Amino acid sequence: MEIYTLIVLLLAATIRVATPLLLAALGGMFSERAGVIDLGLEGKMLGAAFASAAVAAVTGSAWAGLGAGILVSVALALLIGFAGITHRGSQVVAAMAVNIMVAGLGPTLALAWFGLGGQTPQLNAPGQRFLEITWPWAERARAAPVPGLLYAELLSGHSVLVYLAAALVPAAAWVLHGTRFGLRLRAVGENPAAVDTAGLSVNALRYQAVLISGVLCGVAGAYLSTAASAGFVRDMTAGKGYLALAALIFGKWRPYPTLGACLLFAFTDALAARLQGVALPVVGVVPVQFILALPYVLTVLLLAGFVGKAVAPKAIGVPYAKED
Amino acid sequence: MSAVPAQPPAEPAGPARHRPPALELRRIDKHFGAVHANRSVSLTVAAGTVHGLVGENGAGKSTLMNIVYGYHRADAGEIRVHGRRADFRRPHDAIVAGIGMVHQHFMLVENFTVLENIVLGAEGGRRLARGLARARSELERIARDHGLAVPLDAVVEHLPVGLQQRVEILKALYRGADILILDEPTAVLTPQETGELFALLGRLREQGKTVIIVTHKLREIMAVTDRVTVMRQGVVVHETATRATSERALAEQMVGRAVLLRVEKTPARPADVLLTVKDLEVCDRFGLPRVRRASFEVRAGEILGIAGVAGNGQTELLEALAGILTPTHGEIVFQGRNLVRARVGPRERRRLGLAHVPEDRLRMGVIGDFTAEDNAILGQQDRPEFSRRGFLRRAAIAAACERKLRGYDVRPPEPGRLLSAFSGGNQQKLVLAREIDGDPRVLLVGQPTRGVDIGAVEFIHRRLVALRDAGKGLLLVSVELDEILGLSDRILVMFGGEIVAELSRAEATEQKLGLLMAGVKEGTA
Amino acid sequence: MSAPGRLPRWADVGLLPLISLVAAFAVSAAVIAAAGENPLTALRLLATGAFGSQEAVGYTLYYATNFIFTGLAVAVALHAGLFNIGCEGQAYLGGLGVGLVGLALDRHWPFWAILPAAVGAAAVFGAAWAFIPAWLQARRGSHIVITTIMFNFIASALMTYLLVNVLIKPGQQSPESRELAAAACLPGMQALLAPLGIHLSSSPLNLAFLLALAASVLVWVYLWRTRWGFALRTAGKNPVVAVYAGISPARVTITAMLISGALAGGLGLNEVMGAQHRLLLDFPGGAGFVGIAVALMGRNHPIGIFLAAVLFGALYQGGSELSFDLPRLNRDMIVVVQGLVILACGALENLFRAPLTALLARWPGNEAE
Repeated sequence: MEIYTLIVLLLAATIRVATPLLLAALGGMFSERAGVIDLGLEGKMLGAAFASAAVAAVTGSAWAGLGAGILVSVALALLIGFAGITHRGSQVVAAMAVNIMVAGLGPTLALAWFGLGGQTPQLNAPGQRFLEITWPWAERARAAPVPGLLYAELLSGHSVLVYLAAALVPAAAWVLHGTRFGLRLRAVGENPAAVDTAGLSVNALRYQAVLISGVLCGVAGAYLSTAASAGFVRDMTAGKGYLALAALIFGKWRPYPTLGACLLFAFTDALAARLQGVALPVVGVVPVQFILALPYVLTVLLLAGFVGKAVAPKAIGVPYAKED
Repeated sequence: MSAVPAQPPAEPAGPARHRPPALELRRIDKHFGAVHANRSVSLTVAAGTVHGLVGENGAGKSTLMNIVYGYHRADAGEIRVHGRRADFRRPHDAIVAGIGMVHQHFMLVENFTVLENIVLGAEGGRRLARGLARARSELERIARDHGLAVPLDAVVEHLPVGLQQRVEILKALYRGADILILDEPTAVLTPQETGELFALLGRLREQGKTVIIVTHKLREIMAVTDRVTVMRQGVVVHETATRATSERALAEQMVGRAVLLRVEKTPARPADVLLTVKDLEVCDRFGLPRVRRASFEVRAGEILGIAGVAGNGQTELLEALAGILTPTHGEIVFQGRNLVRARVGPRERRRLGLAHVPEDRLRMGVIGDFTAEDNAILGQQDRPEFSRRGFLRRAAIAAACERKLRGYDVRPPEPGRLLSAFSGGNQQKLVLAREIDGDPRVLLVGQPTRGVDIGAVEFIHRRLVALRDAGKGLLLVSVELDEILGLSDRILVMFGGEIVAELSRAEATEQKLGLLMAGVKEGTA
Repeated sequence: MSAPGRLPRWADVGLLPLISLVAAFAVSAAVIAAAGENPLTALRLLATGAFGSQEAVGYTLYYATNFIFTGLAVAVALHAGLFNIGCEGQAYLGGLGVGLVGLALDRHWPFWAILPAAVGAAAVFGAAWAFIPAWLQARRGSHIVITTIMFNFIASALMTYLLVNVLIKPGQQSPESRELAAAACLPGMQALLAPLGIHLSSSPLNLAFLLALAASVLVWVYLWRTRWGFALRTAGKNPVVAVYAGISPARVTITAMLISGALAGGLGLNEVMGAQHRLLLDFPGGAGFVGIAVALMGRNHPIGIFLAAVLFGALYQGGSELSFDLPRLNRDMIVVVQGLVILACGALENLFRAPLTALLARWPGNEAE
């Protein structure tokens, strides 16, 4: 039973860690399926984390913070989009520039406005954070064996954003494959010329995709600072944006496999914390860093073609220019 | 082409004659920078007919059709569709007006199904499922009416090219096109698929649709069209009912009485065979066969010209000879070595004495951001005169470049100038200087005077003849017939990837070559 | 959209980056103002903080040394048409190589023998870390931007593991190696110039600065004076032309990345052997990303890279002084400037190019060539 409890707790932690990854990865999915490389997930998440924590601290409302986070993330997304889509500059350079800029801008503004050395004030008051939502009878269910624990720990007790993220997976799948917009978006990432000659605007579609990515990254960032933690600290995304991109690639740019990849990566994170110093049979003590590096190694193996094939949208990364 | 109907098509049905013309173009004018692609072009296409638009490359036919489709806007002139004035700002407007276009390069999303490709942009509502279901029944009806069988749920990239084309046609019909434009539709089709296409076009005509077919293949014009318009160098030069003309007459019109550039040259004295090509087969980057069983020889002291409309395999042939594309079959023997079997690369081929002036210098032959002197050693940077123990001998390179520039009258003769600052003609002269200076035994030359002003053209031609007189062998590929006729001692004609004829210069006339280039076999029409 | 007219060479190389820089600085000034401080005051403090004393100049150049190495690394890759974002990890591994050589040999060999071994190790380790992404791009088409980012994270994990578990000085809490003996330490500038009668204030500026300058010269010679550099630049400009000229783009990809990684490894010489005298966590400290800004600003040319590196060194040094007088600003502001410079010089160039071309075309004597 001890092992069972351990596993359930591990899975619960996995869900919490996976949430920002999933949100960002889904955002990246829309952008990349439309042909716009989304290397800016990191910067958008970080910017949103800062904005939502700052606004939540000042207004006392986590929802206001969420709104602010989304706004900031969308603004950054449009900036990158402007450089890459309208100006046909390098999407990669623009995204890296924004990532770097935001990494400095967050702490700078935090220091200037709050004077706390680069972080935002702790969010202590209720309403400033997205706290766990406990489902009915969860406490009583905990005592009951097997399913009770599942209900109490795995299903209940997450913040609202977690449930939102979970709901977004089928929603994203439906948008992508069940709507006219999704069809056009997928087309523009594969053959923009076909979309152009069908009488549709390539740039408009790409901007819409970039916008969606901005919104989802905004939620991801807000989750980090107002749900998972109690405020913004410097570099708090710690590479999660790149990890989300890796999960997206690992998930072959499809919603459900991406969910699986996010869970897998998050699981390694949760596992690393648990396994620290623990001696496993045969292998001995696995260094925690090895486990933490696992998602990145897996992504490289995937890109190398050793773990199945990752076929990116055909027109990705190439600015669309009508031939004169 | 066994499936092509032998008789010319019947007169259009009665009612059609009383309809306004499906499409009327009046004095359409279009410039692209300095290029005058369409000069005051007027064209009338009767409703319910199949109308052919014919001409060589650069005649302006594709530009004209792109204007009709709304992809470009004309600088001047008027378009009338079914008698009503139209102003197309983008393809959407043309589609709404009932014009559909099947491009030469298909505009399909490869990993979508046929159904998804067809409904893209005309999905019939936000929810895909409902729209697709409605589209499916509609498409099945259209397919029945026109005899167009297409598997709606197949993924496009798995379909043969002929079926992919049908998808494009279905796309246009689904959007209610009653004017269908087909740009070089048979370029990638097998003879059988071509026959099926023509049968389909016949059925479309019976249903009152109007078809415009843009092509350079005269046999197809004769087989399926009612009327044909000939364009040359941006102008309409001839228009006639198909039954009132012949392939020979059309070829004459296509090729025209262009001014023959007189190149002074003494008769050739061909000597030893320098390059032998046997049974060469080459596929392009997409795996499509482009050269089929080519065999020929290049001799010292001779210019062998390859005539043909662009896209008939000449590019792939040149690239295979230069070592850029790998042939799938056959031999290339040079300097006693089989270059194919020994997998000799471009650098080694140059060293052996096989130089290459590419057809598209901007794409393949020069780097605009580099200086003239850097461009002058492209491909030759390993030569001892240009580098020693890895270090570039800058002074020697600059001096050699200046020599080349002056020797070939490139203006201004500044080796340190960026290549993009030179005119097209001067750039081409530098490329020529570079390749000839390496003292090759055989020079492969593609479109030597493309984008080159008239003064440089003469210069380049004289240099090529001088090279030949020095005992070298030249293989000249050009779409300009007068260039081929002016320079070549012997002429091969390529059509559909095959060498369909070999003529001596004396035997070759414009008409003969024009017919051969348009796919007409000797002794017919 | 038809292509705009051409910019004359001097405008393309000098004026355009300058305008981009000014734009980036203008936005930075706006940010400073939004933070509640006076931009001009900040600028003055930056300048004095960076150049106001010998010690300050020493620090500025010490930072610049790192940026020269990573800037050269990014530039060489860009000349081959590749965007190497992995300099951070390559520098980290380069430093590992230096540290291992130092730890193994510092008690047995003299300095003059250790130095070339360390330089070699920095280059080899850095290049090795760039090799796999390079090979994957050349042979498998894996996007090098993604793989190098992944390798940055893997490097971080690897180095953390090594420093915590393997190389840590026994009995110590913080994850660092033991200190290197003098034979494995690069002499500081102070010590180098003292025998010449020049007395400098103490700063971390050391021999690595001269090595960086030497590397700059070597890179210039390689790219513009050897046939391999010529091949590299050709493939970077146009792979089709490269094939025509008998150059293998795949081979160029791998060679360029190896050189790039080796250059990035040079940072390890400056940090591990020159300033810190031991192996420690995260000594690249973001220099890999500054290298991108430096290369773009410096137009991928060693002279421009040197100037840009000094500029960023000044920003870093001046930036750390900022927080003393302007409590609302600190080093993070410099990171903002960095990002803006990359954005302006790298991605939004076209924004400035078209108006500039139009403007210059109207001046007499400046007709398009």
